[in-house]
Amino acid sequence: MSATPLTAHPAHAPPAAAPSGIWDWITTVDHKKIGLMYGVTAYGFFLLGGIEALVIRAQLVKPQSELVSAQFFNALFTMHATTMVFLAVMPLSAAFFNYIVPLQIGARDVAFPRLNAFSYWLFLLGGLLINLSFLLGFPPDGGWFAYASLSERMYSHSPAMDYWVVGLLVLGTASLAAGVNFIVTILNMRAPGMTMMRMPVFVWMTLVVQFLVVLSFPIITVGLIELLLDRTVGTNFFLPLHGGDPLLWQHLFWLFGHPEVYILILPAMGMVSEVLPTFSRKPLFGAPFVVFSGILIGFLGFGVWSHHMFTAGLGPVADAAFSATTMLIGVPTGVKIFNWIATMWGGRLRFTTAMLFSVGFIALFTIGGLSGIMHASPPIDLHQQDSYFVVAHIHYVLFGGAIMGLFSGIYYWFPKVTGRLLDEGLGKVHFTLQFVALNIAFFPMHFLGVDGMPRRVFTYDEADGWHLWNLVSTVGAWMIPIGLLVFMYNVWWSARRGPRAGDDPWDGASLEWAISSPPPVHNFDAIPNVPSDRPLWDQKYGDATLGLDRRDPHIHLPPNSYRPLIAAAGVTTVFGAFLIRGHDIYRHLLDAPGSTIQSIPFSSLFLATVATGVIVLLYGLYTWFFEPVE
Amino acid sequence: MSNSPRPVRNVAAAVATSLLAALAGCMGDAPQSTLHKNSDLADMTWGVYMLVTWITLAVGVVVFALLAYVVFRFRDRGEEGIPEQVHGNTRLEIAWTLVPLALVVAMAIPTVRTIFAAAAPAPEGAVKIKAVGKQWWWEFEYPELGVTTANEVHIPAGVPVAFEIVSADVIHSLWLPQFGGKRDAVPGRTNHLTFTARDTGNFVGQCAEYCGDSHALMKLRLVVQEEADFQRWVQEQKAPAQGDLVASGKPGPKAFLEGGCIACHQVRGNPIAAGRIGPDLTHVASRGTIGSGILDNDAESMRRWLRDPEGVKPGSLMKLPHKLSEQEVETLTQYLLELK
Repeated sequence: MSATPLTAHPAHAPPAAAPSGIWDWITTVDHKKIGLMYGVTAYGFFLLGGIEALVIRAQLVKPQSELVSAQFFNALFTMHATTMVFLAVMPLSAAFFNYIVPLQIGARDVAFPRLNAFSYWLFLLGGLLINLSFLLGFPPDGGWFAYASLSERMYSHSPAMDYWVVGLLVLGTASLAAGVNFIVTILNMRAPGMTMMRMPVFVWMTLVVQFLVVLSFPIITVGLIELLLDRTVGTNFFLPLHGGDPLLWQHLFWLFGHPEVYILILPAMGMVSEVLPTFSRKPLFGAPFVVFSGILIGFLGFGVWSHHMFTAGLGPVADAAFSATTMLIGVPTGVKIFNWIATMWGGRLRFTTAMLFSVGFIALFTIGGLSGIMHASPPIDLHQQDSYFVVAHIHYVLFGGAIMGLFSGIYYWFPKVTGRLLDEGLGKVHFTLQFVALNIAFFPMHFLGVDGMPRRVFTYDEADGWHLWNLVSTVGAWMIPIGLLVFMYNVWWSARRGPRAGDDPWDGASLEWAISSPPPVHNFDAIPNVPSDRPLWDQKYGDATLGLDRRDPHIHLPPNSYRPLIAAAGVTTVFGAFLIRGHDIYRHLLDAPGSTIQSIPFSSLFLATVATGVIVLLYGLYTWFFEPVE
Repeated sequence: MSNSPRPVRNVAAAVATSLLAALAGCMGDAPQSTLHKNSDLADMTWGVYMLVTWITLAVGVVVFALLAYVVFRFRDRGEEGIPEQVHGNTRLEIAWTLVPLALVVAMAIPTVRTIFAAAAPAPEGAVKIKAVGKQWWWEFEYPELGVTTANEVHIPAGVPVAFEIVSADVIHSLWLPQFGGKRDAVPGRTNHLTFTARDTGNFVGQCAEYCGDSHALMKLRLVVQEEADFQRWVQEQKAPAQGDLVASGKPGPKAFLEGGCIACHQVRGNPIAAGRIGPDLTHVASRGTIGSGILDNDAESMRRWLRDPEGVKPGSLMKLPHKLSEQEVETLTQYLLELK
C-alpha cells in the first residue's frame, strides 16, 4: 500500500453566527444535509408505500377477501405506485445525487445551493399534500397512470384525483428545478482535470437522468395541467363527447412515463457501476461502453412510449415500430450486464453487503429485463398487458433493480456519510431476507399473469384458480419488512456505535474516499487535480497526485437561507388552491348532480388562496434574489 | 470470506424454484390461462409467444450461469496484491452487442409478421358483434342478427367473428384469454378483434383495463356453440318476451314498473320497459350468470342482487329509487327468472 490519502480537516471554523439545531436543517443549503433530508424523507415515504403494499397483499391472500372495500383497495394500489415512484425511488436517488455527486466531481456544493433546498421543500410539501388526501377521506383512486376518462370529473366526482394531479404538479416542479441544478453542477463544477470521460459512472448516470427529467417532466406537466383544467374549470381535453381524446392523455403520460422508468433505474445502475469495481478491485470493464449504453438507453427511452398502448389500437405500423425500438433497448441493457460480469471476471471479489446487493441487482434486474423483452412483442403483450405478469416485471425492475441498487449504495456510502461502518453481519442477514422474500413475493406473479389474473383487481374467485400463487406472494411480501427492520436497527445502532470507518474503508477509487468521513462542511480543503478516471486509486497504487495536501486560502460557502422554503410554500399554495376548487365542485355536484363545471362559481376562498400563494411565492423569490450571499 | 458462496446458492435456488414452479403454474387449473388456445388468432400468436419465451429463458440461463461462475470462481481467497487491472476489450464489447442484436432481430421479424397478420380485416361472412364496455358490464349487440344481450356472448365454432369494441364511458379492455389476447374499449374509438373459435364450450374473460370501483367484477362469458345451436340461440334471443311477461296487469311487469326498473332496462315486447342504460333483460333468465359474470343466475343470487346491488358490486350504477320490500324482491325474482 502506498501513501494514505490526505484527509481534509475543517480548514475554517464554521462562521460564528451559524444556525444550529432544527433551524439549521430548515435553512440549510449544504448539499450533504439536503441529501440526508431527501434520504430520510424518502425512506419514510418508502415505508408508507410499503404498508400500502402489505394491505394490498393481505386483501389478495385468499379469494373473496373482505379486508378492505373495493374503493379503498383501488386507492391503495394508486397510492402505492404513486408513492413508490415519486416519493420513494426518485427522491432516494436524489439523496445520492445530492450527497455523492459534488464529492465525486471535487466540488464544494451544487451549482445552485438554494435552488437545491427549494427542490427538497417542494418534494416534501408535494408528498405531504398528496397524502393529506388520506386524512381527509379522499385518497386518489384512479390508478397511478390516471387514465382519462376515468380520471375526469365526470367519472371521478370526488376531489381524490385533484390531490393526485396537484401533488404531482408540485413534485414535478421540484424534479425540474433539481434537474437543471444537477446538469449545471455536473457540466460546470467538475474539478480541474476531470474531463467528461473521467467522471465516475454514477455521475454520468446522474447526468443522463437529469436530462431525462428536464425533457420528460414538461410533457407530463402539460398533461397534468390539461387534466386539472378539465376537472376544475370544465375544459375538454380528454373527453371524446366534445372532441377530446382519452388517448391524448395516454400519449402524454407515457411520453413521460417511459423515460421515467429510466429515471428510476439508471441511478441504481450508476451505483452498481461504482460498487462492483471497488469490491472486485478492478476498474469498471469497458467503462465508456457502460456510459454510452446509458446514454443510448436515455435516447431510446423517448422512442418507446407506445409499447404501453399496444392494446389501445394504434394500428399495426405503430405497433411494429414501437415493438422494434423497445426490443432495441435490450441491447445496451445487455451490454451493461455483460460489462458488470466482466468487471468481476478475474477480480478479487469481496462480498461485503454492498457487493451482495449489487450482485443481487444484476440477477434480479436480468429477470425484469427479460420479461420486458417478452412484452415488447405486441402479440405477446396482448396476453400480458394489464396482467400480473406485468406486475411481476415492474417489481423485478423497480424492487429487484432500483431498490436493491439503492441499498447497495446505502451500504457503500453510509461510512462516508456517518463516519461509521454498518454492521456487516446484520447487513448480510438483511440482504438474504430481502432477496429471498422479494423472490417469493414477486416470482409467483409471473404465473398469475400467465394464468390470466388481471392487475388492479380487489378480489377474485375461488374458481379462477389463482389462490395458491396469491397466497405464496402474500407470504413473501410480508417477509420483506423483516429484512427492513434488521436494516433499520443496523442503521440506528451503527450510526452511533459502529466501528470508525476512516476515510477510505473500501479502498475506493473516486474522490469522495479521499476526504474525511463524514466530509467537512466545505468538502475539500483544496480543489483536487484529477489525473485519471480513478484518481484516488492512481494516487494509492500509481504515481498520481490529487494535490489535496494544501489548503485553499479562502473557501466561500453560501449562508443558510429560509427563502427557498418560503418560495416552495408559495408554489404549493398556488397549486393547493385547486384542491379547494375540487372540494367546491364536489359539494356542488352532491347538491345538484348534473351541473356543468363551468356553471360552478369560483369561491372566494379559492381565489384568496391563489392570491396568497402568488404573493408568498413572489415574496420568497424576490427576497431570495436579493439576499446577500457574503 | 466464508460466506461468499451464499449468493451462488441464492441465485441457484431462485432459478430452480422458478423453473419447477413454472411447470406447476402451467399445469394448474386456471380457466383464464393464457396458455390454453382456442382460436386461429391464439394459434397465430402462439409461435411468437413461445419463441420469445424460450429465447429470453435461454439468455437468462446463460447470464445466470456466467454470474454464478464469476461469483464463485473469483471470490477473494486472501491472495496477495491486487488483480490485473483490465480496462476492457473492444472485441468482447462488439460481440456482446451483436449477439443481443441478432436475438432482437430473430424476435422482431416474427413479431412484425404476426402483428400484420393479426390486423387483417375481418373476412366476408364474419359474425359481427359490437362489444360495448360500460361501468361495470359488457353489452353485446349483433347488428346483423338483431340481438342484444349482456355479459354472455355466444359465437359459432368454425365461423369467423368480428368484434367491434367500443366504450360508453371510460376505458375498458375486452380480454378473452383463450382467443388471442385483449383489445381496449376506448371512448370515441372503435377497436377490432377478429378470430375463428375452434372448440365449443363455455369460456371466461374479464375486463383488463382498470375502470373504477368494480373493475374486478367486470367479467364475461363466451359460449362457443355448434353453428346450428348458435342459430337456435339467435332465434330465441330475437323473440320478444311472452305476452304474460309484458302484460301490465300481471304482478311481475307491475313490480318491474313500480320498482323503477323500466327507467334503465329493456324487456322487448313491453313498450314501457324500454330503458337502454342497464342490461337488456328480455331473456335474462337464459344467461348463466348475473351481475356481469359474478353470480350464478338463480333465485338466491337474484334476491341478493335486488336487495342491495351496491353491496354485491361496489359503486354499482343501479340506483334503486327506493329500497325494495321483500315482497317486491320476491315478485321481481320470480318474474326475472321467467324471462327465458
